[in-house]
Formats: sequence, C-alpha cells, structure tokens
Amino acid sequence: MLLREVAYARPRTLEAAVRLLGEHEDARALAGGQSLTNAMKQRVGSPAVLVDLAELAELRRIDRAADGSLELGAMATYAQIVLSPEVSSTHPILAEVAHQIADVQVRNRGTIGGNVCWNDPTNHFPPLLAALEARMTITGPNGEREVGYDEFFVGVFMTAAGPGELLTKITVPAPGACGSAFASVPIGKDGTCIVNAAACVDGGAPRIAIGCVAGVPERATGMEQALAGGDLSPERVREAARGLGQALDPPSDVHASAEYRRHLAEVLAVRATLQAAGRAA
Amino acid sequence: MPELVRVAVTVNGRAYERAVEPRLLLVHLLRDELGLTGTHVGCDTSTCGACTVRLDGETVKSCTIFAFGADGREVQTIEGLARDGDLHPLQRAFHEEHGLQCGYCTPGMIMAATAILERLPEPTDDEIREGLEGNLCRCTGYQNIVAAVRAAARMEARA
Repeated sequence: MLLREVAYARPRTLEAAVRLLGEHEDARALAGGQSLTNAMKQRVGSPAVLVDLAELAELRRIDRAADGSLELGAMATYAQIVLSPEVSSTHPILAEVAHQIADVQVRNRGTIGGNVCWNDPTNHFPPLLAALEARMTITGPNGEREVGYDEFFVGVFMTAAGPGELLTKITVPAPGACGSAFASVPIGKDGTCIVNAAACVDGGAPRIAIGCVAGVPERATGMEQALAGGDLSPERVREAARGLGQALDPPSDVHASAEYRRHLAEVLAVRATLQAAGRAA
Repeated sequence: MPELVRVAVTVNGRAYERAVEPRLLLVHLLRDELGLTGTHVGCDTSTCGACTVRLDGETVKSCTIFAFGADGREVQTIEGLARDGDLHPLQRAFHEEHGLQCGYCTPGMIMAATAILERLPEPTDDEIREGLEGNLCRCTGYQNIVAAVRAAARMEARA
C-alpha cells in the first residue's frame, strides 16, 4: 500500500531525537512500527515526520537498578523480554505476557515502549504495568521526569508523553515475594484481548488491574480492599469480585457486549488473583 | 515531496543501493525496486505473514517495516534459499508433502519455518504450529504444512 508522504529522520543521539520531535509539528517517534505503520496505512495517523529511534541502542537496554527494580528501555522488543535472563529472574510475568502478543514476527519488532505509548485499551502491558505499579521515565527538552503508571495512562491512545517528549524507560519495582499473573479472553490464540486482567499478590492487599474496559487500565480498588486481610481463598476472592463489573462502563462492539465484558472482568480478575496467590505461596 | 532516503541493503547475499521515498515499505522495495516478487503481499495489515522475510536473521513482516529499516542490514527472501539450483529442504518438503494448494502463503510459511528449524532442529508439532502462528493459509492446508516442516527437519537431520 502506498502511504501518505512522510519525511524521515534517523537521529544518532537521544538529545537529537528529542530536539527533532520538538522542532516539527506532527512529528512522531517510530519504534518497532507494529502499530504506527498500520495506523498510517489506515490513514488513522499521518505524521509529517517520522523520527526513527533505531540508532538509539541505549533505549534497548534491560538493566537492574541498585534497589532491585527492573529498568526496561522503551525500545526493548517483546522477543528480547521473552528471552531476557534478567526479566525471567525477577519478573517472569513480563516474559509470559510478552510471549502472548500476536506472533513471532510481530514480537521480533514490537516494543514495550510502543505498546504503552500507543495505549490501545486492548493492549496487554497497560493493565500488567498498573498491577506491578510501574513508573515511566519521559525525556523532553528540559530533561527527564518520572511519572507513575496512573499518571502516564491518560486515555484511549493518549499518555503523559506529550509532543516533543519521548518515553525512554519503564521501571518495574522489585517484586519482593510477589506472585503475579495475567488472564485474558483473546480473539483467537494470542489475538487482541476482549478483556484482560493482571494481579500481583505480595502478602498485603493484592493489586488488580483490568484492561479493555476503559481508556486506561482500571485498578479494581473495591476488590483489592475487600481482600486486604490477606485471605485469598477461592471463596473469598470470588466474593470480593462480585459487583466489580457493575462499577465498570466498558464499550460494546462486534466481539462482545458491554454486559459480557462486565462479566468477563469479574471472571478474569478472579482467575488472575488466584493464580497470582498460588505463585506467591 | 520529502527528501529521498538512501538505503544500502544486502538481499540474498547481493548488495543493493537505492534512493527511496521514506514512505516506501520493505516489501515494495523488494518487489518493485529489486524485482524479487517471491515475497507476497497478502493482508497488508501485518496479520497474514505472506510477506515474511528474514532481516538480520529475524523473521519480520515486510509489509510493516519501512524500506529505510533495512538500511545497512541483510535481508533473506524465498529467492535466497535454493543453492545452485537445488531446492532448500523446506522447499522440497513443501513440494513432496503437498504443503501448498494455491501457494500464495507459501513463501512466508517457508521463511517463518526456516527460523523454527534453526532454533529447534527437531520441533514438535506444537512448536511448529506456534512458530507459524503469524502465517495464515486461506486454503487451510495446515496439516500438510506442519507435515512439510516436520519432513524438512528429518531431511536436514539426515543431511
């Protein structure tokens, strides 16, 4: 397909990338391109300038910080996350979820930064990073700033990384004795999620986040509070999830009605929480 | 018109250099500029995998990568598999096991399968199916496609 005309820049430094993104109105950062290229084909997005991040090797790093947290460069691909010993040693849930995205070819190109910056409500990583309470580092003309996931995700296809800014790093706190799990009902194996849920259990109240039901991942705060005592028996967890769906206002589409999504939100929140509890034990 | 971008790429061992529009996709560089029409465009939405090629060894969907993304890198396409007129074991196996019907998905299937066999010389059927999950066959000839990959693995083990 012939795309709309677009100008191209391949900066060699992060500073140059940020400068280019700020200089041009309607410039767009290109990471793995697995969402952006398709949006350009559909004419949903037609940036004037593509700022290709391919040369910025530092954005592909996966590092361990001194406090034990995991630092994922925004350009780390799904395939890289699946195979990373650093990820598997403390946060295997990230590899498990990366492995469920699309297919081999897409995982070889798609990046975690692209996944969260695109913030398609059906994406896998926003709810997972909400349950893991990740923090995002955004680099702009005035340097770096760090925001929590709750500030980062703003709405459908919208994040706190504004024009002239770039998401550079995602920091996932050290897990402690945490067990994490992800549950979804996708359209076909490894397809787009109809509803998904992530849970993280580490002794105190579990952290539970639901995806695909709003413009941003929704923390199931009522369910979390009901489980604060630490009893995560199947009966208690099912009881705590009751009514969760009614508090949500998910969309209806060709794949599922809003009512069915409310039902799935409860089912998947229970599945993810019980599996996370099993892994924490 | 935006400035052209220079792309120097090695395809199937041969070096090419072209000045292309930034909007050009890799699959169109291969097909329209270099005349390598073995790589097919199917869905054009990175779903079907007919356009699968190897980029520095990784399987990618060439309809969802810009041509500039291949600059300074190596691409392998279906045309690069046969050696001195002898078909690659996967090509032979697809022929012998009736792994194609209309043949449209075949170049992508075979390129995806080359990556499976490099990683897993003796893949199970489940591993073959998982490795091919990004490739669709509208004739739904999956049984024979999986059998062909299995047969190619046996051929390579004997070789």
